[in-house]
Amino acid sequence: MGTGGFRSLEQLEAALVASGAEIATVALRRVDPGARNESPLSVIERLGLFLLPNTAGCYTARDAVRTARLAKDAFGTEWVKLEVIGDDRTLHPDPVELVAAAEELVADGFTVLPYASDDPVLARRLEAVGCAAVMPLGSPIGSGRGIDNPYNLALIVEQAGVAVILDAGIGTASDAALAMELGCDGVLLASSVSRAEDPAAMAAAMRKAVDAGHGARRAGRIPRRLHAQASTPDAGLPRLG
Amino acid sequence: MNVAVNGVERELPSGATVADVVRSLVEMPERGVAVALDGEVVPRSEWQATSVGDGQAVEVLRAAQGG
Repeated sequence: MGTGGFRSLEQLEAALVASGAEIATVALRRVDPGARNESPLSVIERLGLFLLPNTAGCYTARDAVRTARLAKDAFGTEWVKLEVIGDDRTLHPDPVELVAAAEELVADGFTVLPYASDDPVLARRLEAVGCAAVMPLGSPIGSGRGIDNPYNLALIVEQAGVAVILDAGIGTASDAALAMELGCDGVLLASSVSRAEDPAAMAAAMRKAVDAGHGARRAGRIPRRLHAQASTPDAGLPRLG
Repeated sequence: MNVAVNGVERELPSGATVADVVRSLVEMPERGVAVALDGEVVPRSEWQATSVGDGQAVEVLRAAQGG
């Protein structure tokens, strides 16, 4: 789960607990001596969750690489959610800068989880340069639209040799369930919970949704058909007319 | 000398170190804090040994909600 958008650290903590999330992301920002001294780091550590720093706010490979290195020094982790933004209105990733940054960080020993578009070719590129997972968006960050293009997501899942985590755009529980039904290994969400009317309740719902979608995927769904397929056999049909 | 600390121009005594700058912003010992000097990471182990020069820019960063 992302930690952005929560109105308080208390709300963040309640939502993290309710969500069952094992990984939480943080951004790296300037120290503000005027602000309260608490940070989401203390919440994440208290809950024993895995910390995943994010290069949020970076627009170039150079900035993202530097931010990842700063995060490594601050938190002692080589895991990084790599985010390199290409457009201010959609917050879509810049694929060229993203691949360049990923390549450099992988060479440096980082475990890179890149926030990507839902372009299957980009996903393939990111895997080829050594990313540990690929994290395609469903729709723009914070848009709550869910999965704009389930076909692209299915294509990414089909070809991926690494974990696929749906990252960005989830709006409500059914979006998370759909992501899992399409074969994602997990979801990363923030706004759908942090900006919900009741974040902890939404977090609990998301937990169930991910579980349900995962279970449905493993159970093997029936195909979609154009025509009906009777569920009741004709054998033994009485003749009453 | 003049140094930009988190985007704000400040006057620091010559010989000021990165550790001095960090201490002026947060309580030490401080985990979860990273420092960049002119854009390059200064590892925590080098904060005390790294002095800051006139015209340089220091960024002192910590975890924030987001990501």
